[in-house]
Amino acid sequence: METEAIQPRNKIHPHKFTLWVGIGSIVMMFAGLTSAYIVKRNQAGWHTFELPIAFWYSTVVILLSSVTIHLSLKAFKERYMLKYRRLMLATLILGLLFVATQFIGFTEFWKTGMTLQANVAFSFLYVIVGLHGLHVIGGVLGLIIMLLKTFSTKKRNYSIVSVELMLTYWHFVDILWIYLLVFLIIIR
Amino acid sequence: MSTATLHETTHHDTHGDAHHDHHHQETFITKYVFSQDHKTIAKQFLVTGIIWAIIGGLFSVIFRLQLANPEATYPWLEDLLGHWAQGGKLQPEFYYALVTMHGTILVFFVLTAGLSGTFANFLIPLQIGARDMASPMLNMLSYWFFFLASVIMMSSLFVQTGPASGGWTIYPPLSALGDASSGSKIGMDLWLVSMAMFIVSSLLGGLNYISTILNMRTKGMSMTRMPLTIWALFFTAVLGVLSFPVLLSGAILLLFDRNLGTSFYLSDIVVAGKILPNEGGSAILFQHLFWFLGHPEVYIILLPAMGMSSEILSVNSRKPIFGYMAMVGSLFAITILAFLVWAHHMFVTGLNPFLGSVFVLLTLLIAVPSAIKVFNWLTTLWKGNIRFTPAMMFAIGFVSLFISGGLTGIFLGNSALDIHLHDTYFVIAHFHIVMGVASFFGMFAGVYHWYPKMFGRYLNNTLAYIHFWVTIVGAYLIFWPMHYEGLAGMPRRYYDFSNWESFKMFGSLNQFISIVAMIVFAVQILFVINFFYSIWKGRKVKDLNPWNANTLEWTTPLRPGHGNWPGDIPEVHRWPYDYSKDGKDFIAQDVPVGADESKH
Repeated sequence: METEAIQPRNKIHPHKFTLWVGIGSIVMMFAGLTSAYIVKRNQAGWHTFELPIAFWYSTVVILLSSVTIHLSLKAFKERYMLKYRRLMLATLILGLLFVATQFIGFTEFWKTGMTLQANVAFSFLYVIVGLHGLHVIGGVLGLIIMLLKTFSTKKRNYSIVSVELMLTYWHFVDILWIYLLVFLIIIR
Repeated sequence: MSTATLHETTHHDTHGDAHHDHHHQETFITKYVFSQDHKTIAKQFLVTGIIWAIIGGLFSVIFRLQLANPEATYPWLEDLLGHWAQGGKLQPEFYYALVTMHGTILVFFVLTAGLSGTFANFLIPLQIGARDMASPMLNMLSYWFFFLASVIMMSSLFVQTGPASGGWTIYPPLSALGDASSGSKIGMDLWLVSMAMFIVSSLLGGLNYISTILNMRTKGMSMTRMPLTIWALFFTAVLGVLSFPVLLSGAILLLFDRNLGTSFYLSDIVVAGKILPNEGGSAILFQHLFWFLGHPEVYIILLPAMGMSSEILSVNSRKPIFGYMAMVGSLFAITILAFLVWAHHMFVTGLNPFLGSVFVLLTLLIAVPSAIKVFNWLTTLWKGNIRFTPAMMFAIGFVSLFISGGLTGIFLGNSALDIHLHDTYFVIAHFHIVMGVASFFGMFAGVYHWYPKMFGRYLNNTLAYIHFWVTIVGAYLIFWPMHYEGLAGMPRRYYDFSNWESFKMFGSLNQFISIVAMIVFAVQILFVINFFYSIWKGRKVKDLNPWNANTLEWTTPLRPGHGNWPGDIPEVHRWPYDYSKDGKDFIAQDVPVGADESKH
């Protein structure tokens, strides 16, 4: 057997790698849904729609939250734990604000007669955007757990891995939202 | 040693110092129930899979009974099934439920969770030299989600209106409208919820398998030194992680259609004289989403069997595997092609014929990597010093079944022929041989081969040989005649063929198939008895490496604890197939390369 160089195995933390594969998996789910959407759009009986205004506020909010979580990682690295905690709290609030604006958007949409059952186009919008919302809520739960951890006096957890995992996931749901927004504007 | 340090850091948050824990106290609950040890989780998957296989197999015996004697009544059947077999005669609705559950159970619960769940969990850390999975916690959750899915699916067997009965592919509208049939009611809801849990379980498992293989290999275990089992399990996990989410998205839309009045799959439907308001949906959309998983799924079932058979064939031929890189390359090619052929299940849906011909081409391309694999298996056996252990018999049986079943795939992959053969017994024969029985053979081979490592005891050999011979002869006797029935146009999923003049002539053939099916089922029970009896009473393993194999799992103690190796993880110096080299019968992977050693 040839004596090739041994690959370094600790380049990336296994949990981070697992998250990336998981992200690939979530991407496949949304790829499935958006391609189903494209197929349906080319068939008869499709109604076009305007996205609710509130979704634009959602976009601003989630972009801001990506900035705050990024700064919180920086603070964590510099061991400014108070700053880190504040920025995490800010991210958490922005995350909740995102969910709220999404909800407002849905109600706005519903009130103009574009209900879940009215047309398959609207059904798709509720399902796709709603599923993304669930992923954000999952991230919010993660943020809450991490924030609670910073108050724990029993165990000083200075592992950066979980902070970085959270950061990656949060950026992912942000980018996913931008993709969905652009997708729903271009193809409707 | 760097490996040990890496391990310690990666495991720190979940399991403390895993490799010292031979000494640390484990309660019964953490050791056997909520265990995070990959070996225990593997056994949990295996035992749950065996229980499901008995149930799923029993279902096929019951519906074969109906096909053998459509007119006969069996009073004991009423005792067993109650109002589903009123007067001792199986009700048509329940026949469909049995067929549906047989497919669901065998495809998902046995040959996906039972096969991948068992051997990916058991073999990946042991063969790549890791103390456990990348995330033992997620791994444990993977089993318990599967357990939850099992409980829900099991409970659907006992509801008043019966389990799901629209076929294992749950096509709408039967699956989307509660009023469509008795199996479309609560049984269908439970099916969907159970499958959602099942998908979560396979995703958690798959994420772990991929991360572990790519990140946790011991020193010296480069990708090209991995056993083919690991390669196959790796590609299986990739397939699962990329295709199950698409089924999930299809299932979510189905849940909306069922419960919230949307029309993703429904349009212009009349049920019991009532016109439904649903408009604009398309049932074909579901088929696309389903088969985008459904086709990779057959490779999720098949690839682990391929990997284990490759390993077992090489070990028991005392020869290196022929064409290692070609084996890896063909696994890769199959993985890619698996995603590009789903519409060959849909040739008769009104698919555009041009698109159909593209799918024909892509489908037939799978013959190339498949033929490479078969060629390499046969050349591995060629002039080998073959030991006919039970595992080896099943591995050879796997190759035989893969060839016979694969050949009929060439017929079905042609859209022109498929229009005639679609939904006939020809299809049943094809996929049962190539995917069902072949994968079972791979699974049996794996169980017989790794049982000594799992339980520290041997299975009874006499029973094993009886198991092998009856099963392989039986499998061919059951499924070979179905090709003729299918060519004659006999459709699948029918409850009673005696009303058709053209199928009456198959009456006695159907009886024959049913009798053989029952014999084969009885022999599987013999295997199950052998399996459980040997856990406690089997001959004890005394030799650390009973098969004289090269891979790392045989360097662990007889009954490895959590952490697998009591000391350092062995370093790997060579590929796993140095058999009959330089006058030595075998050279294990952890033996350093000698100065005067020849290249393999």
